Amino acid sequence: MSEHSTYTPGNPFSKWLDDRLPIIRFSKEHLLDYPTPKNLNYWWTFGAILVVMLVIQIVTGIILAMHYTPNIAMAFDSVELLRRDVNSGRVLQAAHAVGASMFFVAVYIHIFRGLFFGSYKSPREVLWILGVLLFVLMITTAFMGYVLPWGQMSFWAATVITNIIGAVPFVGESVLQLLRGGFAVGNPTLNRFFSLHYLLPFIIAAVVVLHIWALHVPGNNNPTGVDVKSTRDTVPFHPYITMKDLYAVVLFMIPFAWFVFFAPDILGHPDNYIMANSQVTPAHIVPEWYFLPFYAILRAVDFNILFIDSKLGGVIFFAGAIVVLFFVPWLDRSPVRSGLFRPLFKWFYALFVINFIGLAYLGAAPADGRVLGIDVPTFSKICTAYYFIYFLVILPILPRFETTRPLPASISENVLGKAHA
Amino acid sequence: MTMKTLIAAACLAFGLVGPVLAQEGAHSTPEIAKESWSFGGVFGTYDEHQLQRGFQVFRESCSSCHSARLLAFRNLSEPGGPGFTEGQVKALAAEYTIADPLVEGGERPGVAADRWPAPMSEADAKASFGVVPPDFSVIAKARGTTQQFPWWIVNYFTAYQEGGPDYIHALLNGYHEEVPEGFELPEGKYYNDYFPGHAISMPPPLTDGAVDYADAEEGGVNVPETLDQYSRDVAAFLMYVAEPHMVARKETGFRVILFLVLLAGLMFFVKRRLWAGIEH
Repeated sequence: MSEHSTYTPGNPFSKWLDDRLPIIRFSKEHLLDYPTPKNLNYWWTFGAILVVMLVIQIVTGIILAMHYTPNIAMAFDSVELLRRDVNSGRVLQAAHAVGASMFFVAVYIHIFRGLFFGSYKSPREVLWILGVLLFVLMITTAFMGYVLPWGQMSFWAATVITNIIGAVPFVGESVLQLLRGGFAVGNPTLNRFFSLHYLLPFIIAAVVVLHIWALHVPGNNNPTGVDVKSTRDTVPFHPYITMKDLYAVVLFMIPFAWFVFFAPDILGHPDNYIMANSQVTPAHIVPEWYFLPFYAILRAVDFNILFIDSKLGGVIFFAGAIVVLFFVPWLDRSPVRSGLFRPLFKWFYALFVINFIGLAYLGAAPADGRVLGIDVPTFSKICTAYYFIYFLVILPILPRFETTRPLPASISENVLGKAHA
Repeated sequence: MTMKTLIAAACLAFGLVGPVLAQEGAHSTPEIAKESWSFGGVFGTYDEHQLQRGFQVFRESCSSCHSARLLAFRNLSEPGGPGFTEGQVKALAAEYTIADPLVEGGERPGVAADRWPAPMSEADAKASFGVVPPDFSVIAKARGTTQQFPWWIVNYFTAYQEGGPDYIHALLNGYHEEVPEGFELPEGKYYNDYFPGHAISMPPPLTDGAVDYADAEEGGVNVPETLDQYSRDVAAFLMYVAEPHMVARKETGFRVILFLVLLAGLMFFVKRRLWAGIEH
């Protein structure tokens, strides 16, 4: 939406620069004038929140790395000493650890917003795919970061999760050894995870640039899902959206600060305050909360499927749960973007959200436990089934049975209608 | 990695730990009560007298076997802690011998900047006790309690961080002379209600009257010299060891959150004013 530029250089220098590197023109078009639908709700502020969280993670992370020692004998103590003896160290460390959780809170809301309002549909498929790629990169980065404090959960999560790769036929074993730098998780693993944990956020930042680029070509989706028809439907990004996003960012910082200052350990596991010990297995290995839905899917496959054993089967479903997201733009056949105008879809979507939260709960439950009177493995299978049925059956087939509500002619008409209702 | 570890890890990954857990369930662990702590909640601070008493229990009882390698002597005189004077800490540190390869003889008296010396090497501990007693630096954070759904959700709003001290208090009061019927207690182990698996290597470390507290006339506070009191005091002290600057952290938290709430309030009005002319 930047075909026509309104920028005219104000002085000879900016004219000179504009002919050589039109960076001021670019900034004006994309950071100030970028036309944004005026009916965006607060679910749309999580993009900006995510950018802020990425910056916070990178800044705190760089400072933490100045004090961290990637060696299995010293890593645990170096994190503790950072908290005890470095000025503001305990705030930085807590902000980084809690920040990872808040980052995932924001990204899940961002993804679920996209799923409800059909933000993945044409012409935003590439935008969506880049988003899923960012999610995968975030998962990888967070997993490696969790290993660095070298507590018991760090070590055993690293062992269990890297084992997943070992289940891949033919190449699994050698890839596993390459990843671990040996036959078991040890010092080489810690070193390479530290190196990659420092690298990946910058790759994330680069993909974020592509993600925003892919956003600025078609422009934002909006709660009605109706395309922008005229300039009456939009507001300039600055000051309208910048101000709204900043307000949302400050609000988001309140629960973030609550955890950092009043409950920095509540989102973690006590076992991670025990230094890693390969000889002692924790009674109950659980990943960080933000991986729990996918962990539940991994555990749900505890049976062999024909010649595929349960271990490989679990890995296929685990990877499939993320890979399926890449295909959502083509799986959903409904021409109507927004869930607001799809009376049946709404219910399946609501169930999908509940189902996803249920998977998270099941991922943390002991395998021999019971939830709502159903044993955990059975319940996990039901929820895993719905997760895939939603994407592979409901999204493609539902449009055939669904009569969508009439769409407003334009964003402005919808907004005015709402105001007079 | 040996095949055995690989299989064990794989079993864990795929939730096949059921039988192990079920076995433990046979002698289920009683629920650990939430105790009332002076440092609990967002307004909580450490009780100086309690930390001093807890330090005494730690020093006279725990520290003959357990190390606390991250605790520095100087921590004990820092604000928010047990409130010892710098002079007291200097004198205390001097009572200990610190291994230092840089000085003649390899040993010197401790100074305030030193960390708490380990009572024995890990190899010696292993030889004497069969296990290495866990280090106490962050033990209060490395233990916890679990609440049933949905009660743990409440913890996020009350900022409950005292599961460790609750567990330590329960553990110290959880010893039994007689073992429940059907439970096979291994040689050299002790039965404890709250220890996972119930068979703990540590003998009951405290009994009523084991530590002689200073009473009010000597500058202390009169408290009963009972196991329950000792275990509360030492649990509080261990929380302090795990988090010596908790009070400063919470104080900063109040400033940060107050600032954010006021800023958000201002932003709300600015945003509303800005958007007032736009139908949206």
